[in-house]
Amino acid sequence: MTGEIVLETRNLSRHFGGVVAVDRVNFTLWDNELRCLIGPNGAGKSTFFKCLTGQLSPSEGDVVIRDFHAGGRQPHEVSRLGVGIKTQVPNVFDGLSAEENIWLAARRWQSAKRAKVVTDQTIERLMLGDIRKDHVGVLAHGQRQWVELGMVVAAEPWLVLLDEPTAGMTQEEVVRTAELIREINETATIIVVEHDMQFIRMIANRVTVFHEGKILIEDSMDKVSQDKRVREVYLGHRQK
Amino acid sequence: MIRSREVRWSLVAGAIGIIFLFAAPQVFELFAIINLTTVLALAILALSLGLVWGYGGILCFGQTTFFGLGAYAYTIAAINIGETTGPIFIAIFVAAAFAAILGYFIFYGRVSDVYLAVITLTVTLIFYSLLRRTSGPEYKIGNALLGGFNGVTSPPLNVPGDPSNILFPEHVFYVAMAALILAYFFCVWLTRTHFGRVMVAIRENELRAELLGYDIRLYKLALFAIGGGIAGMAGVLFANGIGRVTPDIFNLYNTALTIIWVIVGGRGTLIGPILGAIALFYLISGLGTQATVNNNLVLGIVLIVFVLLVPRGIVPGVIGIWDRTQARSKLLRKEKRLRRRRTTRQPEPEAANDG
Ligand SMILES: Nc1ncnc2c1ncn2[C@@H]1O[C@H](COP(=O)(O)OP(=O)(O)OP(=O)(O)O)[C@@H](O)[C@H]1O
Ligand SMILES: [Mg+2]
Repeated sequence: MTGEIVLETRNLSRHFGGVVAVDRVNFTLWDNELRCLIGPNGAGKSTFFKCLTGQLSPSEGDVVIRDFHAGGRQPHEVSRLGVGIKTQVPNVFDGLSAEENIWLAARRWQSAKRAKVVTDQTIERLMLGDIRKDHVGVLAHGQRQWVELGMVVAAEPWLVLLDEPTAGMTQEEVVRTAELIREINETATIIVVEHDMQFIRMIANRVTVFHEGKILIEDSMDKVSQDKRVREVYLGHRQK
Repeated sequence: MIRSREVRWSLVAGAIGIIFLFAAPQVFELFAIINLTTVLALAILALSLGLVWGYGGILCFGQTTFFGLGAYAYTIAAINIGETTGPIFIAIFVAAAFAAILGYFIFYGRVSDVYLAVITLTVTLIFYSLLRRTSGPEYKIGNALLGGFNGVTSPPLNVPGDPSNILFPEHVFYVAMAALILAYFFCVWLTRTHFGRVMVAIRENELRAELLGYDIRLYKLALFAIGGGIAGMAGVLFANGIGRVTPDIFNLYNTALTIIWVIVGGRGTLIGPILGAIALFYLISGLGTQATVNNNLVLGIVLIVFVLLVPRGIVPGVIGIWDRTQARSKLLRKEKRLRRRRTTRQPEPEAANDG
């Protein structure tokens, strides 16, 4: 890999009591990458992800985003760097309209006037026009995911972290999400945590496989899917 | 659409308020007018909790702390300074500053909702028991004796800049009514600003608000301090309505009452808590003149009925019913129109079959 390193973890660990969810991970992400994180259930992907975003503080080690030491910081401080974050369980403002949700994201960084423009653009870009006035709480799971993606996009981030963005989506929505992610990748570096192998094939160039809190292998999708150990731990788990 | 309806409602509320402001002294007797000042003070207190709880999702079980502090700070400052205009601002400042300090520990310490309720309740009860023990002559601030459970007599408001010119009770009523209207529209305005919309977002989902880059601790602290300041202003008016401040302001009954006002009137609206406070005040004082049923029993029943049957409170409940009947009559009108069209089209059988 070449170019500038934008995110790095150094010996990052996170324990829950006796459980070691993330175990001394050294991870490096370069500018403009679209990196996929995969791994079986309980491999520690979401825990790793939450350490990057400030939702959890590391038990040991550090997270560095550009020059900023993000380990143990608050989520809003990480976000303030220009990082867009989508969590595994959709986190949206249920009692507010889709439009208001997206406006709140846009308005954080923009003037009132510009926020309005960005909100409209985002709604158009994600084709949320039909549901813009609907309360997000009553929408289908896939639509809620899209509203959340809309919030990420509307903040115009340079680094985007997505935890299972296609969970609960229909096949058609998955395809559209893959398109959107590639589009976002034109202006931003991305990490996507995913389960759906088909989806990963659609977008991936470089894949990091987690297993029992550690990085098992990191390579192109073709190499990774042919790796014996990966088949054992990951595909084996998937088949049960 | 929702927003324009809100505007209409708050304008109606404001218009009624202003009419009442000028009509009441013409209609009511002096005693009722003095009583009204007290009621309006309580309504502003309810408004402050409605803002903090209903819009910020902060269940403060001790909103009376800031109310009582405002009342005491006003009284003590007015006794020492010898006029009342400065003390109004001192009272608001003391209440807001205390809320800010308390809020700092609560929000920056990431105290959970339940502990927030417990802490705020405890703080108000601490003020209650501390102030009750101040009956000796050694407990004085400047010239003001704290007076233990008897409290302190509050100097009435005077015309700004003219301490010898003391306001009549009617005029204090005007001040209270104007304060309520101003506080109400201030809160309406606040909930529409970027700040207010972020507060609602935080109420809806704290984590998402943080992930968008909003420092929720700071936002909550700010709203809590604003709510404290409004409650402090209510305390000033209360001291004027009653004529004295006593530690009872901080007792458990009063703090529970503020919560009940908001539950009855409706969370998530600003007019609801105001109406809740006024309605319950007159319910209780109506009951107070007879001896057959116990006040607390009635309050308890009101609370239970609302929690079980009208959990959203009066105002949101009424708006809900209104919306449903509107929607139904719209539907009926539409159907009627369709039917009429069909009957006029009858001569052409094919077209009629299409429908
Ligand atoms: N808050 C927590 N408290 C205790 N244990 C936790 C907590 N969060 C995660 N764990 C444990 O840490 C391990 C890693 O969980 P994590 O959610 O990171 O896995 P994941 O790779 O995201 O799995 P999935 O694919 O199911 O989302 C699991 O064993 C899980 O039980
Ligand atoms: Mg996960």
